[in-house]
Amino acid sequence: MIGITNGAFIALIALGYTLVYGIIELINFAHGDLFMLGTFVCLSTLTLLGFSTEVGTTGTPWFALLLAMIAAMIFCGVLNVLAERIAYRPLRRAPRLAPLISAIGVSFVFVNIGLFWQGPTPQRFPDLLPQYDFVSQLFGFTTLIRFTFKDLFVLSLAIPLMLGLAWVIRSTRMGKAMRAVAQDSEMAQQMGIDVNRVIAFTFLLGGVLAGAASLMYGLYNNNTVFTLGFTAGLKAFTAAVLGGIGNVNGAALGGFVLGLLAALTVTYAGGQWENVGVFSLLVIILVFKPTGLLGQETGEKA
Amino acid sequence: MKPNPPKPKPNPPARGRSTLGWWYTATGKARERKLWGTAIGIGAALLFPLVNSALGLGWEAKSIPITLFIVLALGLNVVVGFAGLLDLGYAAFFAIGAYTMAFLTSTVSPIGFVREGNHVNFFLAMFVSAGVAAVFGVLLGAPTLRLRGDYLAIVTLGFGEIVPLVIKNTPEITKGTQGMNPIGYPEVPGFANDIVAQVTGAPIRFAIDPIPWYYLIVAVLMLSVLITARLRTSRVGRAWAAMREDEVAAASMGINLVSTKLFAFALGASFSGFAGSVWASYLQVIAPEQFDFSVSIFVLCMIILGGLGNIGGVIAGGLLLGFVDRVLFDWINGFVHGIGSAIGNEDLRLMDVSRSRQLIFGIALVAMMLLRPEGLFPSARVRAELHAAEEDEGAVEQERAVLVDIER
Repeated sequence: MIGITNGAFIALIALGYTLVYGIIELINFAHGDLFMLGTFVCLSTLTLLGFSTEVGTTGTPWFALLLAMIAAMIFCGVLNVLAERIAYRPLRRAPRLAPLISAIGVSFVFVNIGLFWQGPTPQRFPDLLPQYDFVSQLFGFTTLIRFTFKDLFVLSLAIPLMLGLAWVIRSTRMGKAMRAVAQDSEMAQQMGIDVNRVIAFTFLLGGVLAGAASLMYGLYNNNTVFTLGFTAGLKAFTAAVLGGIGNVNGAALGGFVLGLLAALTVTYAGGQWENVGVFSLLVIILVFKPTGLLGQETGEKA
Repeated sequence: MKPNPPKPKPNPPARGRSTLGWWYTATGKARERKLWGTAIGIGAALLFPLVNSALGLGWEAKSIPITLFIVLALGLNVVVGFAGLLDLGYAAFFAIGAYTMAFLTSTVSPIGFVREGNHVNFFLAMFVSAGVAAVFGVLLGAPTLRLRGDYLAIVTLGFGEIVPLVIKNTPEITKGTQGMNPIGYPEVPGFANDIVAQVTGAPIRFAIDPIPWYYLIVAVLMLSVLITARLRTSRVGRAWAAMREDEVAAASMGINLVSTKLFAFALGASFSGFAGSVWASYLQVIAPEQFDFSVSIFVLCMIILGGLGNIGGVIAGGLLLGFVDRVLFDWINGFVHGIGSAIGNEDLRLMDVSRSRQLIFGIALVAMMLLRPEGLFPSARVRAELHAAEEDEGAVEQERAVLVDIER
């Protein structure tokens, strides 16, 4: 279960990568670090509201959690749009390497904001959800496979968010514009679509999802640190590639598959090999099926 | 994979070449400038220790890492600047070179034969390290270079993260976080040492004296400059430039994209391995933390700051960043601490400015991309490439640039 639940955060972050990649073909390096800053926003909001300390003294403060999530979603969304505006938009017509390098720069800036904000040590995230294991409570015995309240919480937030995203892309006017820009931005512009606005909206969506993922991550794993973004980003990117980069359904699927695989690596090879496993997976996909599970042919485009 | 078109016969060199070789690609004033620049550069590099001791700067220990990082930058420049492949895991090859050196010369080497005192000659080990790094470069590059550039960036990024992790996780081979120590010193043949002792009054002692290290690394640097400069205008160098500018066009002109890219990638990796082997021996102790992502980014910053693809620019960028990192931060720290103790502010007195170096590099990367993407000292061709899009007469500009490039 840890695998699937972790897969849910990864999928949400991977969606941010894949949305941006699908529309402007940029690997947004800073996305993982955006997620990291999101966890800090949640932490600060909860501290501000007085829920910094310990478990279940007052029950679960749903309202505070909601507030923290909204704060993180707004923060990440706006920050992502700002980063796009400052660091990527002026480079829209530059060679491919330029925005990529710029994104690395932004990622460094984010990491350091995180470092100055919460310091170099891992921060404890308040454990605010009830400890409740459905399997042992309902069936009366403890198994290796657990399905806790936390798992339920994460999944019941993540899955509607993904469905919501799918709805936005499929059925709204903006979603239609996004698909048009992804296909051919120049043509879309000729058709009267404000390409810059659509791209900004895409970054906003990606950021909002990362913000939501950050609250779930914090509540589920109960810690956060400024270097979190790097590994989270690498995993999410692998998930996006696994599912077929640029493909929204693929990213969601890839996230869950990757979460499971990472959990298996941890169980059978030990926690210190987790990132090695993830990365090896990335190389293996790139060798055998670079288009990913659900991707369409992109091939050797210049 | 597209089927490779038949290889055209190699062209005979169109212009006469003398032993001066690469200066010949420039003519007139440009060649004169280049010659003087090279001469002054070599002179400055050779005389630096004398100037340093005369002025009492005490920079000899700082100049060695700076010079070594310039070697790294030159290698990365081949990959990123010449061939246009973004490699974000460059430090991994640096680590591989360093650990190869350690395996071949250290008394704690996992290879029993070496551990028993039969360490490999330093200079031989240097080249072996470069070779091993190149092999890893090929192994990593072969699957990913068929894909578009962004994938390479992310795979190299992952590789750069994984190599230190693997080193950390296999303590029985690499000693893990504890690090490997000691590592073999360069041995100078007896007769050479005698000559040096005659001239300078003391034999070469790598173990206690930084000066021989400095000259060794300067020699490595000069070799690197020579190789990269020669490559730039060679057949494969021109193929890199063509590929960087337009892959499809380059492929249709008969360039084998995969092998050309792979060569650039392996060559860059071997430079990194070469530098890594010297670094290991110089530091005498290597641990996985020394080779993390920030090293790759630091080197990338050097070449972007200096000017992608331009050797002089890369060296200048490396000197500048190295100076900022090793000397200026110290000064600023001292200055801030001085103010802190003067006004009695504990925070200022203990503040470490270099902790924010990553932040400064990050901002510098973004700012460079926005304001001057061609770097401070760009090559004419890259400058034209990066500015062509914003100008209406882009094509004209590019053509002019190619002409300028031929002229130089």
